Amino acid sequence: MTARRNEAKDTMQGIPVSPGIIIGKAHLVDRSRVKILYQYLIDEKQVSGEVERFENALRITEEQLQTLKNKMPEHVKGHSFILDSHVMILKDSMLRESAVHRIEEEKINAEWALKKSFNEIRKIFAQIDDEYISNRIQDVESVSEKILRNLSGETQESLAEIKERVIIVAHDLSPADTTELNISKVMGFITDVGGQTSHTAIMAQALEIPAVVGLESATARISDGDLLIVDGSTGEVVINPDDAEIIRYQEKQLQHEKYKSSIARISHLPAETPDGYRISIKANIEFLEEVTAVRDHGAEGIGLYRTEFLYLRSKGLPTEEELFSDYREVAEIMAPEPVTIRTLDLGGDKFASHIEIANEMNPAMGLRAIRLCLKEPGLFKTQLRAILRASTFGRVQLMFPMISGLQEVLEAKEMLNTVKQELDNEGIIYDENMPVGIMIEIPSAVTISDLLTRHVDFFSIGTNDLIQYALAIDRVNEHVAFMYQPFHPAILRMIQQVVQEGKKAGIKVSLCGEMAGDPLCTPILLGLGLDELSMNARSIPLVKNIVRAISLEQARQDFELVVQLNTARDVRDYLLTRMKKMIPELGEKSFFPG
Amino acid sequence: MNSCESTREEKKVLKIDNSLGLHARAAGKIVALANQYESKLFLRKDKEEVDGSSILSILTLSCPKGTEVEAKIVGEDSEVFMESLTELFANKFGEEA
Repeated sequence: MTARRNEAKDTMQGIPVSPGIIIGKAHLVDRSRVKILYQYLIDEKQVSGEVERFENALRITEEQLQTLKNKMPEHVKGHSFILDSHVMILKDSMLRESAVHRIEEEKINAEWALKKSFNEIRKIFAQIDDEYISNRIQDVESVSEKILRNLSGETQESLAEIKERVIIVAHDLSPADTTELNISKVMGFITDVGGQTSHTAIMAQALEIPAVVGLESATARISDGDLLIVDGSTGEVVINPDDAEIIRYQEKQLQHEKYKSSIARISHLPAETPDGYRISIKANIEFLEEVTAVRDHGAEGIGLYRTEFLYLRSKGLPTEEELFSDYREVAEIMAPEPVTIRTLDLGGDKFASHIEIANEMNPAMGLRAIRLCLKEPGLFKTQLRAILRASTFGRVQLMFPMISGLQEVLEAKEMLNTVKQELDNEGIIYDENMPVGIMIEIPSAVTISDLLTRHVDFFSIGTNDLIQYALAIDRVNEHVAFMYQPFHPAILRMIQQVVQEGKKAGIKVSLCGEMAGDPLCTPILLGLGLDELSMNARSIPLVKNIVRAISLEQARQDFELVVQLNTARDVRDYLLTRMKKMIPELGEKSFFPG
Repeated sequence: MNSCESTREEKKVLKIDNSLGLHARAAGKIVALANQYESKLFLRKDKEEVDGSSILSILTLSCPKGTEVEAKIVGEDSEVFMESLTELFANKFGEEA
């Protein structure tokens, strides 16, 4: 059952999330849980080596458990028993001796032996009537997984140690994985799961490297070292291509680069329609290092600064000083352009190991973002203080994510006022008129957007989550990802409602989801009358170019027509035809992924 | 393993008196104790006998409050070991003051 290198040519189709064509070698990262390699051992030497490898993994796991225990804060030390019991399980004869026995007698590799021993324990525990005791199998599972990870860690270099430039092939990439990546060695990403807005997609766009997600079986079909062609614009992945194919893609690559550089030359100019309407084009960023690239691409400010990155490091929560110096730097570099800082949006698929978050059935609907912040005032206040302090170093705007009702807005603003008072008492200055806005990304907020306008200075429509919540599509579930449709008539109507309410109340409305950077959407977003679009920096030159090619009047007509259509497919088809007519040189399929 | 002569062996029936029964934390305390002695501990409930240094095996005995188990300790320091073990059971595994 050993995984064999498959040299045969193979093509796959996934969801394109970050454009560009790359040709390079695959580097497989196995982060999914159950996928393990099953191997028979050939001779005694291999057997003793395998036992040693297993014992070594146990040793490492024990050390990790000890470290975890030592790092536990004093007040929760009472729970350290769980870690002690994990160490006992690790050394338990039912697990350890039986696995070693299997390696030696059945001549199978350590992973397989461990899995077999675990399955046997599970069978025994399943027969226990006492539910509390039979549930302890979870502890055994957790320990087994830790051992497994340490076993594979030996045969696979960690992401930090990649030496040559490769294409990362993974089941999924967590924010934690991407923080340890040696970015300069990564040509692109392809993953089994994920959709337009998965973390992998956002990461790839920020880094401007091609990515294709939702391939379902990439990790099963691709072997380490396979030659790959990845077209991040069409979602095509070719495994072990022939020469003709390589040449064909190289030509495509060249064409793509050529157009990119032609629009890049004028990207610093404003986005103004031929009839004189100017829409503000801003950038979304995830970390400080992106700011210079943002300027180079012609962004007129930061429309969304995602602040989770500093919270995802492995060592503890960031201090107020660390946050402050980070926000201050972004504000200073961008000044006089504005920077909208979104408060912590953790939870869901972004997981911080040092904040205790229970395992939730529906993390996207669970304790995250503003909900988590209101429940953990200490965490929230530290960030608010840092943002307020940074506000005097540029034009800073504050934005609360995941607002579902007015109550949350009022509570968050009250917290902000408390923090302001504290700063006043300490004699620390901040921008008293710092605009405060909210993300509109939950359908309930759309419905009551008229009520919300009275309490905030601006709206920013987060279409990524809005689509997910409105259409009930789990965007990381590869089986339904195809139903994640930005052009769904319901979504267009929701955006329309928010813009109308914003206009009535005289507050600015921005859109900061992936739709903002999708060139196909540009005409209708323009026609809707949005004040601002905030997108990944690399989309800016193209979107600006489209704005320059269409009159506001025409865009309005486009929207009026599109909003009457019945299905997402109809909308898409209309826009595609429209776009090809309007900008013929954009007709190339590769600019319109999907 | 065991050298010449007859090996020392202690046997005693112990009652589980804490309200939670022989759950993970209590079993863990037995294992921790067993690790301090040279002698080997076996626990028997009905016909089933398990290794007293294996937390998983102890759990599989599934002993609620009131269960009686037979402890068998084999080895040189079996006597002192049995004393501490008896005390651990009598103290309800230190859980109920």
